[in-house]
Formats: sequence, structure tokens, C-alpha cells
Amino acid sequence: MRRILIMGATSAIAEATAREFALLGDALMLVGRNAERLQAIAEDLKLRGAKQAETYVLDAREMMAYPKLLDETSLRLGGLDTALIAHGTLSDQALCETSIETMLNEFRVNGVSAMVLCAELANRFEAQGHGTIAVISSVAGDRGRQSNYVYGSAKAAVTTFTSGLRQRLYNKGVRVVTIKPGFVDTPMTASFKKGPLWASPASVGKVIARGMILGKPVIYVPWFWRGIMSIIKLVPEFVFQRLRI
Amino acid sequence: MNQPGTAWGRLPGAPQRLVALTDRFQALPDEPSLLTFGNGRSYGDVGRNDGGTLLIGRGLDRFIGFDPATGRLECEAGVLLSEIIDLVLPSGWFPPVTPGTRFVTVGGAIANDVHGKNHHRAGSFGNHILEFELLRSDGQILRCSRDQNPDWFAATVGGLGLTGLIRRATLQLKRVPGPWIRGDSQRFANLKAFFAITAASDGDYEYTVAWLDCSATGANLGRGIFIRGNHAPATEAPPSGRVLRMPITPPISLVNSLSLRAFNTLYYHRPAAQVNQALWHYRPFFYPLDGILEWNRMYGPSGFYQYQCVLPTEGAIDILSEMLGRIGRSGLGSFLLVLKTFGAVPSLGMLSFPRPGATLALDFPNRGAETLALLNTLDDLTRAAGGAVYPAKDARMSAASFQSYFPAWRGFSRYVDPKFSSSFWRRVTGDVA
Repeated sequence: MRRILIMGATSAIAEATAREFALLGDALMLVGRNAERLQAIAEDLKLRGAKQAETYVLDAREMMAYPKLLDETSLRLGGLDTALIAHGTLSDQALCETSIETMLNEFRVNGVSAMVLCAELANRFEAQGHGTIAVISSVAGDRGRQSNYVYGSAKAAVTTFTSGLRQRLYNKGVRVVTIKPGFVDTPMTASFKKGPLWASPASVGKVIARGMILGKPVIYVPWFWRGIMSIIKLVPEFVFQRLRI
Repeated sequence: MNQPGTAWGRLPGAPQRLVALTDRFQALPDEPSLLTFGNGRSYGDVGRNDGGTLLIGRGLDRFIGFDPATGRLECEAGVLLSEIIDLVLPSGWFPPVTPGTRFVTVGGAIANDVHGKNHHRAGSFGNHILEFELLRSDGQILRCSRDQNPDWFAATVGGLGLTGLIRRATLQLKRVPGPWIRGDSQRFANLKAFFAITAASDGDYEYTVAWLDCSATGANLGRGIFIRGNHAPATEAPPSGRVLRMPITPPISLVNSLSLRAFNTLYYHRPAAQVNQALWHYRPFFYPLDGILEWNRMYGPSGFYQYQCVLPTEGAIDILSEMLGRIGRSGLGSFLLVLKTFGAVPSLGMLSFPRPGATLALDFPNRGAETLALLNTLDDLTRAAGGAVYPAKDARMSAASFQSYFPAWRGFSRYVDPKFSSSFWRRVTGDVA
């Protein structure tokens, strides 16, 4: 039985992944901002087979509260060995371009807070000699594009941070998993036109849970995004700057 | 994946604004025209709101409570029957009524008061709903059951999603020994034989249904295969869940008169059509088409119509013969013509479709005016017989036809939420032609 912390547990991808762990009978700590939504998800996960489903209300920007969150999680679950960091927002790029406050806030929510939580988890898992830290980054972090480069650069920071952390912890029995979803049909993207590149949260959740259990270093989900992003990364900057993507 | 907001028949329509529902605590968006969209298994426009807003309901997919001792299940209305089966079958429970696909939401099953192969025993889906919660656009929350707000219960069961948003529901599941169905299948030569087998089977078999060869004419008219079964104790491990998918929409319909005749003739004559002792897993028994996800794409970019009517038993043979004759001669019919009898259990909804008689369902590839003309002649026969056409399958019946099939519509309309509407509702309540 895994003892799993899920940060941003009301997000569609996190909830879908939590259902996979519930089927396996794991114990879960669900963290998010909305108490009644967390409670509804916890009840659902218990019916689906979770050994335990606890809730904890916290805004991810309250980073000083992370040590207390992890203490409380270990206490209530009887330990902690797995974490999925899944919170985030879909930044309004246009607003980020005109408001310093918005840009800083988006960077804090989508980048800094995930890194701070990773750092705190890393020290604890290193000390206990085992554990898995999974973080949802994004294909948007693989290359900056005009449509969402504030969000993208926050995710790029997460990708780079987890890459280094993975090396540091490799011989300490701790796995670090960087997850890069492509287009996922979540409430955040309900009004977008969907094509063949879109995946459902349920299918994405399955891939993420399996990747976490196997301790894979980097997961593109769906898998074909690895190929798409390889090509996008290869485009020379003097060409890329002219593209409208 | 299918574009959210697309109906199963894939007929074209005007753009709709899509708003995702994420949880059962959310307020309704402030939009002038709303309709809830479940999992897109209604064929025509009961699930469309052209030019208006669609509430994408699949986000309401949480279980709220399940008691393995009593079989009471409470869930949010966007939960699929397939998800319910996965949760409850291991402890010996099953949906009390299931339509021919398990990929329907609970909310959609209530709003269309769906039926299954056990209608002659169990009635329709609404008969097994203990309670549900309805959110009105003015913010009012109504808990509805047969005792509490019974008029709202009757309006919402079969109410085509027009009375407000169904947010959560409690249903009474059915005890089963496992995932298996034991029964048999047999060929029959004509409609008279069909009714004879039905009469002989309804007492002993929970599930009965027949497939008809819609390409047969003359002496073969009305021939088909009768399938019946009961839940049976487990014997072996369930089959693997391999699922095929129609990956693309072919540029033209794959369904034409040649492929039709070949399929129907082969299907009728294949050895498996006559089996004395059959044991089915529940999936192929109830959901033969769920094995091919998005099979609706085979009809090509123009989409297709489905026609399902119910006819009073009295005189049904003559009318069915007339219908089959016209469909057979037109060459416009389809692979699957399903025939079944409805029993006497009264439906609870004001606009519920099931009523005692024989119900016929079949697909028609969209060939434009030719197809619509044939469907109109079928409507004439249905109306003359005092029958009805199923709104969940419909995309074209006239306002006059609807109003004669569902005379309670005017009383029902008092319960329609002022902000809720659908393309279907606007179509069938327009001026009487």
C-alpha cells in the first residue's frame, strides 16, 4: 500500500490519477483549496477502493505551510512515500504581459511552489531512503511560444529542477518523475475545439499512475508528444521566431 | 475522440457554447439558453442546443454512496452505467435497466427514461430511481422522489433535460449472481412467429429481444433471430476487454444497399443464430456495439437517422409488415433492426416513451430528402396506429407528430425551466404544421 500526497487534488488529471491508486487500495491525502469538493472526491475514492482518503485545505502559494502539511500527512496516513504535485492554473498570457502582479503570481503557482514542495519532499524521502515524487510539468515547458510563455517558462523551471533533483536522489532510492501532458480535455479546456491530439483525463491518469509506479524519469502523455516536442525543439531559433504557434 | 456536444447521429448543427460542469456544488452559468449534455448517446437533437449553451455534464462523475447490503447507489448524474457496473458487479449488483449501450450517463438515462431488454419485467429506468436532485436556473434545489415533489419527479423522468440540471441521483440496483447471462437464440420465419415466441418467453426470461432482417422481402419478410436470457451464476473468468475503435470518419458512408443485404443475409444464416444453450458475458449480450467505439462514424460525414417507434400490440403485425415492406423496397435501411415488446409496467414520466406494445428500432444513413420522405411515411403509419416515436432517437419528427404522440406535452411544458431548452424542444413545440 502506497501512502500518497496529492497536491491540487481537485484538478481533473489529479483526480483521474487518484482513482487509479484508489483501485489499488492505496491511502491518499488530498490537498486543494475547496473543502467541499475535496470531501466529495474523498468519498468517491473510498467507494472506488482507497484504503483511506483524507483532505487538507491549502492554497499552494502558502509555501511556508508545506512542512506542516507534510507532517500532518505522515501522521494521518501513517507515513508518506509518494507524492503527485498537480496543482496549477491556465495562465492568461495577455494579462501576464501587462501586469507584473499577475505574472509573478502565475510563476509562483505553476513554477516556484512545485519546486519548493519538491525540495521539502526530497529531503524527507532522502532521509527515509525511499519514495517517489511526481510532478506535472507540461509540453509547454519544452519551448517558449508567444501564446503561453509565462506558463511555459514556469513549467520549464519545474522540468529543469526535477531533472537535477532526479540525479541527486538517484542513488538514494528516491524516484523523481517529470510528467508532461499534451492537450487534455479538462474543464480548463472545455470550450476548445478538440481534435485527434486530445486525450481524456481518464486515459492520462492511467499512464501517469503506471509511470509513477514504475518510477519512469520523464513521461509524455499521450506518448506521441515526445515525438512532436522533439521536432519542435529542433527548429532553429531564426526560423522559430517567425512562426505563429 | 468525439467532439463534445456532438450527438450520436452526427447530423450537422449550429455552433453551441460549451461550459464544463466540474462538481455538484457549482452554480449554473448565467446564460440565456441552457441544456445539459451527458455522454452524447442520444441520436438526434434532444441533446443539442444550437446557438445556445451546453453544460458538459460528464464532469459530475463521482460516486456518493453505495450500500452493498441493499444495492442503493447514489452518484452524481454524469456517472456512466459502465462505471456503475465496474463498481457494483463484483459485489453482486447490476443496473436494474440498461439500454443497448453502457456508455450513457445516469442523468441522460433519467431524462430519456431509457428502457432495456427487460422492459416487460422491470419497466423503464425511471421506475428504479429512488430520488434525485434538480437544480433550477433560479438557484432553487428540488429533491424529487415519488413522495417528495412528485410532480417534478414525473416531469423530470423522461423530461429530456428540460426541467433543470439533474445533479445527483439515487437508484435501486438489482441483485445478480455474476456477469453471466444464460439463454438461447433461435431463428423465426415471420412476425407472427416473433409474437408467439415473445408470448412464450416473457414469463420465463428476464431479457428478450429480436433482430430482424430488414433486407428480406416477400416470403422472408419479418424473419429474424430471437434472443432471450437470464442472469446466471458465474462459471469462468470474464473475457478480455479488447475494444476496437472506428479511428476515422470515412469520406462516404460504408453502409449501402449491397453491404446491407450481405450483412443481413449472413447474420441470419450464421450458425450462431440458432443456439439452444448459450452462455454470454453481459457485455456482448447487452452491448454488442460497445465493442466498437464510435461505430457511428461508419455512416460517413453526413451522419444517420435512427427511427424507433412503439405500436400498440393490437394490429401491430399488419403495421410492422407494412413498415418492413416499405423499408425493404426503399433499400435505405440499415444493419440493425431491433424488435421487442414493451410490458405493462407504467412509465413514471409525463413524457416517457415506453408504453405497452411492440417497439421497432433501426438506423438510416442520411441520404437527404429520400430518407426523410421514408421516415415521414413511417410516422404516418405510427400515428394512425396510435403509437409514438422515441425522442432520444429522433432528429426529424414534425411538431404535429410529436404532439399527437405525447399529448401530455402541454402540461409538461409548465415544468420546463425558463432558461432550459433544446433544439428538439424548439422544433416540436413550434407551430403545428
